[in-house]
Amino acid sequence: MENKSFLEVKSICKSFGSLKAVNDVSMRIETGEILGLIGPNGSGKSTFINLITAMLKKDSGSVMLDGVDLSSMPAHKVPKNGLARTYQTVRLFKNLTCRENLIIGAIGVGISQKEANKIADELLEEMGLAEKADSFVENLTFSEQRFLEISRALACKPKFVLLDEPAAGLNEEETQHMLDLLKELPAKKHIGILIVDHDMHLIMTLCDKLHVLNYGQTIAEGKPEVVRANPEVVKAYLGSTAE
Amino acid sequence: MSLSIVIEFIINVLSMGSLYALIALGLVIVYGICKLINFAYGEYITAAAYLLVFCAGLSLPWWVAFVLAILGGALIGFLSELIAYRPFRGRSLDALLVTSFGISIILQRVFQVFISPRPKAVNLPAFMSATISLFGITTPLRNIIVIITTAVLLLVLLYIMQKTPLGIAMRAAAENFTTARLMGVNANLVISTAFIISGFLAGFVCLFWVARTGSVEPTLGASPLLIGFIAVVVGGMNSLPGAVVGGYLYALVANVLSLALPTSLLSYRDAIMFVIVICFLVLKPEGLIRGNYQEERVG
Repeated sequence: MENKSFLEVKSICKSFGSLKAVNDVSMRIETGEILGLIGPNGSGKSTFINLITAMLKKDSGSVMLDGVDLSSMPAHKVPKNGLARTYQTVRLFKNLTCRENLIIGAIGVGISQKEANKIADELLEEMGLAEKADSFVENLTFSEQRFLEISRALACKPKFVLLDEPAAGLNEEETQHMLDLLKELPAKKHIGILIVDHDMHLIMTLCDKLHVLNYGQTIAEGKPEVVRANPEVVKAYLGSTAE
Repeated sequence: MSLSIVIEFIINVLSMGSLYALIALGLVIVYGICKLINFAYGEYITAAAYLLVFCAGLSLPWWVAFVLAILGGALIGFLSELIAYRPFRGRSLDALLVTSFGISIILQRVFQVFISPRPKAVNLPAFMSATISLFGITTPLRNIIVIITTAVLLLVLLYIMQKTPLGIAMRAAAENFTTARLMGVNANLVISTAFIISGFLAGFVCLFWVARTGSVEPTLGASPLLIGFIAVVVGGMNSLPGAVVGGYLYALVANVLSLALPTSLLSYRDAIMFVIVICFLVLKPEGLIRGNYQEERVG
């Protein structure tokens, strides 16, 4: 049994002017877990994930990964310290081949060229993209690009992966494929996953735990079935007409 | 038209185009990554040329002088980035652009004040001005040398960009610097390398440029800079192959004009070249090869 890692967000805050976009949010994930972050539009999800990947500077709080504060380092050092991410809009390098995209992920965190080649080929094989290894990204279908971007995050050999709407734009079949893949990842790669998505079926089926944000604050957390029954959550998603 | 004219034409286009392609590459490799048109690039060429003069003054063997000039070009590329551009990185592109004018002017004045405002003769080895007979025509040997040198340099550059991790990182950074940086790509390393390659190419350019002019003066860099700029506009700002295509195309058009224009209009050749360039800017501002430029999506 390998050692478990912990990603712990402690009371993180961020304001834009007088708007408290993220207000005192804490959460914790460990290796092997999938945690779903949900909330209505404008609830602070995007700000929150930009804070924990240090793409935004926090006002206060911390993001500890095995004792190192990710939120106080420059964003480009975050992958090297164990947290890799994907983006809502796919941000692959279109003029690079699939393999080269993965190699960038690996060498970016200081893995040697030889090792990077090996990691890239293994991941392409696992993701079913082996025959597209030397194709340019623009020749991939959209869902293949999504899978490739996840592979690129994995090529960093991270301890945690943050997936920003990995199923956005995928059809039902592709979403199912994505679900099957993600389900296996934590055990296979010995990682923890933080996932943001609007597809409630995907989130409910996949996640071990949920964390719900609204107006920048945590309104519920816990197991999916518990969270789903929480009146606050229902209100946030369906509106407050019941009052 | 006799065969010898055709061969002469081809050799002229290829040799001129090779030199222009090298010039353009030196500009584009920096532009691709920093989105900076480096106006000091001309002075890299001038500085390398002055190194040739000094080496000749010290009676060093020609090949030592050549190597020093090329390495000197690379060094000045590296240093200008380190000293002048790096402090402004992350500021606006305008600030960088003005900085590049600043470096250009400072270097020109340094050459004027500390070396000489007058042209200095360069003693190049005899083979750089020798001629050879090939397929029934006589052409300067350096025309053949520049074609071969450029071919080798292009292959080396191609290998670096395609196969080495640094090259892959540079291509990623040229496409989207922000994302490459977020992947952990070392920004200083990538940018320094671009400037070093740029200066390295400037060193090669100076050898062949000086062989044509025979002398060095403080403003030597202006003409190659202009040529490089035109080649880049025509070929495409964002693409290394575009720069090469632009260089050869420039040479092709210039040679065709030289042949086709009546003697009375020949002095207008450059003016006609500029009209062509203006047409490009109006009709096809992205150049022949579009490259990979894309706006960063915000949000």
